[in-house]
Amino acid sequence: MTVNRKPASSEHQPKEFSFTKDNYELAIKELSKYPENRKASAVIPLLDIAQRQNSNWLPIAAINYVADLLEMPRIRAYEVATFYTMYNLAPVGENLIQICTTTPCALRGSKDIVDVCKKRLNINFGETTSDNKFTLLEVECLGACVNAPVAWIGDEYYEDLSKESMDSIIDQLKKGDLKLSPGSQIGRNGSMPMGQRNSLLDEGK
Amino acid sequence: MLKDKDRIFTNLYGLQEWDIHGAEARGDWDNTKALIEMGSDKIIEIIKDSGLRGRGGAGFPTGLKWSFMPKESDGRPHYLVVNADEGEPGTCKDRDIMRNDPHKLLEGCLLAGFAMGAHVAYIYIRGEFINEARRLESAIISAQKNGYLGKNACGSGWDFNIYVHRGAGAYICGEETALIESLEGKKGQPRLKPPFPANMGLWGCPTTVNNVESIAVVPTILRRGSSWFSGLGRPKNSGTKVFCISGHVNSPCNVEEEMGIPLKELIERHAGGVRGGWDNLKAIIPGGSSVPMIPKSICDTVLMDFDSLSSVKSGLGTAAVIVMDKSTDLISSIARLSKFYMHESCGQCTPCREGTGWMWRVMKRLEKGDADLEEIDTLLDVASQVEGHTICAHGDASAWPIQGLIRHFRSEVEERIINFKKQDIESINNPKRAA
Repeated sequence: MTVNRKPASSEHQPKEFSFTKDNYELAIKELSKYPENRKASAVIPLLDIAQRQNSNWLPIAAINYVADLLEMPRIRAYEVATFYTMYNLAPVGENLIQICTTTPCALRGSKDIVDVCKKRLNINFGETTSDNKFTLLEVECLGACVNAPVAWIGDEYYEDLSKESMDSIIDQLKKGDLKLSPGSQIGRNGSMPMGQRNSLLDEGK
Repeated sequence: MLKDKDRIFTNLYGLQEWDIHGAEARGDWDNTKALIEMGSDKIIEIIKDSGLRGRGGAGFPTGLKWSFMPKESDGRPHYLVVNADEGEPGTCKDRDIMRNDPHKLLEGCLLAGFAMGAHVAYIYIRGEFINEARRLESAIISAQKNGYLGKNACGSGWDFNIYVHRGAGAYICGEETALIESLEGKKGQPRLKPPFPANMGLWGCPTTVNNVESIAVVPTILRRGSSWFSGLGRPKNSGTKVFCISGHVNSPCNVEEEMGIPLKELIERHAGGVRGGWDNLKAIIPGGSSVPMIPKSICDTVLMDFDSLSSVKSGLGTAAVIVMDKSTDLISSIARLSKFYMHESCGQCTPCREGTGWMWRVMKRLEKGDADLEEIDTLLDVASQVEGHTICAHGDASAWPIQGLIRHFRSEVEERIINFKKQDIESINNPKRAA
């Protein structure tokens, strides 16, 4: 099991957790989307807010806090936190790099992208670099298949990757200064075909 | 070929503004009040007559699905839930709709919601689509400011709110009852049906779950009329469809085309053709990872719609066309999909939980050839025991890619086993060379 899917050992678990004032307000805003007596519906967004507040991982204290806030049994919140793969249950590096390797990306060379990452960072999938700067994960289909291969870093997708562009993304992340804009790395507009296009010809001239 | 004037998603590529001004310029929110004033029965009738079939994979007639909702509320609220948990490998169309044409979806929610007596819609979007979710939220706020949503939406007298709910990474939540469970704050494990969501859905209330594309095409169908939509494509397979063309083509892309377009024409006209030419084609998965692949001989002539593809034992699914040229290791490609289904199985039903892992492990051995010839039949046997024996279609979806591979490329699988055995014998007779 990769590092982020198993709860961190007890020495890494903080004793307490509570939302900052801003995050509490965000949580209340999320809660307002659901009927008064259906608070548990907000568990997924609230756990996400908690994870963002806690350096991108979700300690048990945070799960308890969210469960108590939503007046739901803690076990139900644990179930959610362990079922969904976006929750990191143990500390991850500053930069979480997730590479899609499902078939559409694989056909477009995701293996090369994975190799670049593994070689440059000197880690395998599910591992974190010793300086805590990077965690590398394999991820299932990200839903950007016509822009394959795709890497998901932070909140952004980096698409149409090549060995060279992945290399330069890592360079910039190492310097702590990612200048490349997300999206297609070969400069195309979303999912539009490169070169000749035979639809929507009158648009966006 | 579909003419530009018949395209619904005129901002598919984001070449124009996605915001409310861009949307209004494209004709969204134009006198929506008049559409609502047609009344719910009329709206449902138009959608039925248009022949629109669900765009999320199963292809169930959308109008018919809506008509399953109770006509009158028994006191419980009605809900519309939009399935934006797009994660079927190969599929990336809803993402384009949400980021480049969000108002089409919102207007569709209002019209569909009104037709089904719902005052609230939830858009359940996959957690990874963070920017798309932000865009939807922002589009909702501007629609509210303009009076299109909220109290007395579009001046129609109907109150309507839309909320965006982000998931957190689980393919199974694209199954409608798993999605409802997830929206209730639980693990995404599908429910046994009946009761169907139209009777007991979200929080026990009447609910309809529709795909993003199914909802986003509704305003245009209502404006241009059912006969316009049903006049495109073929009978029972009408309208336009956003196709996602990925894999070994010269220019992978999304494109809106007419249903029933020949697969070859779709690829050659819009995606720059198969890498190395059409003759370099080996096989295509025509509708997202869950449908069985078809070999080149079928691709030569098959039409891209529900009935044509099911007649060749495949399916239109989400219309995600995954192209594989002659350099492809098909066994490895399907083994990777088996891993996907194993990873995404929710673990509720034994055949799927155990079967997906078992099938993946066998596929991994077949990839190397490290198996006996009889195991191909054993694999097929197990696949057929997973298929149809689970609460949801995840079990079926995990079996079909394997069945498709063996149906069309059995000789390739056998050849690999035979070659592996040969090498094995060689290495026993000649250990030095093997080392």
